Amino acid sequence: MTKMMKSLLAGTALTALSASVVLADGAELEVTHWWTSGGEAIAVGKLADAWQAAGNTWIDGAIAGSGGTARPIIISRILGGDPMAATQLNHGRQAEELIEAGLLLDLTEVAEANNWAEIINPSSLLEACTLDGRIYCAPLNIHSAQWMWLSHGAYEKAGLDVPANWNDFVASAPALQEAGIVPLAMGQQGWQQNIAFGTITIAIAGVDNWLAVNRDKNIDVATGPEYTAVFEAVAAARALAADSNVQDWNLATNMVITDTAGAQIMGDWAQGEFQVAGEVAGTDYSCLPGLGLNAVLDTGGDAFYFPVIDDDATRAAQLEMAAMLVSPEVQVDFNLAKGSLPVRGDIDLSSANACMQKGLEILASGNGILPSGDMNLSADTQTQVEDLMAEFWSSDMSAADAQAAYVSIISRAD
Amino acid sequence: MTSQSTAKRPVQLLRNLSAKIASIPMILTALVVFVGGTAWTVVHSFTSSRLLPKLNFVGFDQYERLWSTRRWLISIENLAIYGICSLILTLLIGFTLAALLDRKIRFEGAFRTIFLYPFALSFVVTGLAWQWILNPDFGVQGVVRGMGWESFAFDPLNNSEIVIFGILIAGIWQGSGLIMCIMLAGLRGIDEDIWKAARVDGIGTVKTYVRIIIPMMRPVFITALVLIASGIIKIYDLVVAQTNGGPGISSEVPAKYVIEYMFRAQNLGQGFAASTMMLVSVIVILVPWAYLEFGGRKRG
Repeated sequence: MTKMMKSLLAGTALTALSASVVLADGAELEVTHWWTSGGEAIAVGKLADAWQAAGNTWIDGAIAGSGGTARPIIISRILGGDPMAATQLNHGRQAEELIEAGLLLDLTEVAEANNWAEIINPSSLLEACTLDGRIYCAPLNIHSAQWMWLSHGAYEKAGLDVPANWNDFVASAPALQEAGIVPLAMGQQGWQQNIAFGTITIAIAGVDNWLAVNRDKNIDVATGPEYTAVFEAVAAARALAADSNVQDWNLATNMVITDTAGAQIMGDWAQGEFQVAGEVAGTDYSCLPGLGLNAVLDTGGDAFYFPVIDDDATRAAQLEMAAMLVSPEVQVDFNLAKGSLPVRGDIDLSSANACMQKGLEILASGNGILPSGDMNLSADTQTQVEDLMAEFWSSDMSAADAQAAYVSIISRAD
Repeated sequence: MTSQSTAKRPVQLLRNLSAKIASIPMILTALVVFVGGTAWTVVHSFTSSRLLPKLNFVGFDQYERLWSTRRWLISIENLAIYGICSLILTLLIGFTLAALLDRKIRFEGAFRTIFLYPFALSFVVTGLAWQWILNPDFGVQGVVRGMGWESFAFDPLNNSEIVIFGILIAGIWQGSGLIMCIMLAGLRGIDEDIWKAARVDGIGTVKTYVRIIIPMMRPVFITALVLIASGIIKIYDLVVAQTNGGPGISSEVPAKYVIEYMFRAQNLGQGFAASTMMLVSVIVILVPWAYLEFGGRKRG
């Protein structure tokens, strides 16, 4: 990229982020990410502000669309020899091959200087960044998928108490249906159905069985009675969601917000939608981590990776940014704006809302923390499971057939 | 005789030298990009390449997995249904429209433009437009119910059994205009005397078309066939815009499988295996046909 182009981009980014004028001697780093919705853009603005406050220039490379759209663009830029200076990816196995090919910067010295091994909680986040003892990414936040969001308004209409766990919810479903309310809102997309499947698995089969299948690829457990119960529960959930014909997750969340649906199983990013709609946690909606049966959360989330760039000044700036992302101030500002949980337990987040507090409690207790699906399964296996879920939820496939197909996917997983 | 021909040979090679030099870039492109790229893809389809292409061969593993994957089988089935229906219906509708326009009707130019117009739209626009037309609340079903027929049901895009026909409607709407134009050009190329002779012999109009005109239009039909067939095998954007493969995976097509496994699932080997299968299916159909069509004529 030419100098001219770079300065133009820098100018645009500066205007967009309405940051103060920056001294020219700081480093310029281009940062790509896919945080483009309202709340996300505010959160990424916090990162840019912190970076510019240190006298550097943040060149914003936002890619519209979800991670599924942005990730191939980011990866092909790194592979194609036109790397950005820093990029968002989900920690886990997505970057494994890029690291093996020597395309990503080793951050071990920053990690050691800032004592990441001690402060990052849960430690599995750092493990997901580690390959052969070296650290290649800076974890930024934690997003967990195991949440059920319940509409108080819908239950009032049906004259019921808000359920405290999945079993109560299933029992309350007929009454909801009588009141003309869809019990379970579900977007017709494979990844959402897969989240529901994963969450129900942890709630019904328990953490040990979930780990045995997802981490250890244990076929005996996947064919066993616990997983049979899981697939039957998912089939029951499918019946509860039969009248939900929306596609996108935020439209499904909107059904809960407008009280036309009783509940939704979705990750904690759904909270942003409730906030934007002006709903208050605990009075307008409530949340059940792990469906109220197993209060566990996985620790997926976002991390920053730094492609190798053959320039000493740039490399120094990349390391500086890595240190900044994990610093306490940035962690507080960013995560409060994003509604995600911080990667370190030693900071004060008392202004977070009731649902975030529940998540923080689980994190602080140290129990019930799971590595995310991204960390256990490769993108290939994930895609296959999502395809299976997409088929299962939209057809009348039997629970036994789905389990058999699932077992064959897990038996092939690497 | 022999001395003459040996003396002529180098001259043959040098004849139209500038034309031959000018075509070198295209020959190189064809060899390196098309043939070379195809060979590279086929070779890598036998490897376990994930995010990056690597040469660790695993034999037919990727193909075994491909043919045991439900999504691929559904994709193939959809392509077959879409392909056969689209081929027949597009030819039929295209020819019928052309024949009607050829009957020296009024406002022929206006009709021709209207029928050809959908072809000027991209598949993405076509897909979105038909997504709305087939939407049960706002589209055809909603309009008919609004007119008083309350029990009318026409909701192909949300029914996994018939969703592919919802896509087929959009595909035919988009494609038949072009075929009509090609057919019309072919009809205009038929000598007026043929019609006069048929009339003298007392042959009816329909019979003249079926028995005399259509056999004379063989080259035009082949052009149309190639155009339709290439459109069928590469169908992708229409599906993405209209249903994105849903509901569930019931409207998936092979090209979409290739893209998603190469980039979203980060499994190049699987994507390459699927694209190789697409190439094989094209070759299996095209080669015998091309041999009969073009090889036969040279000999005759």
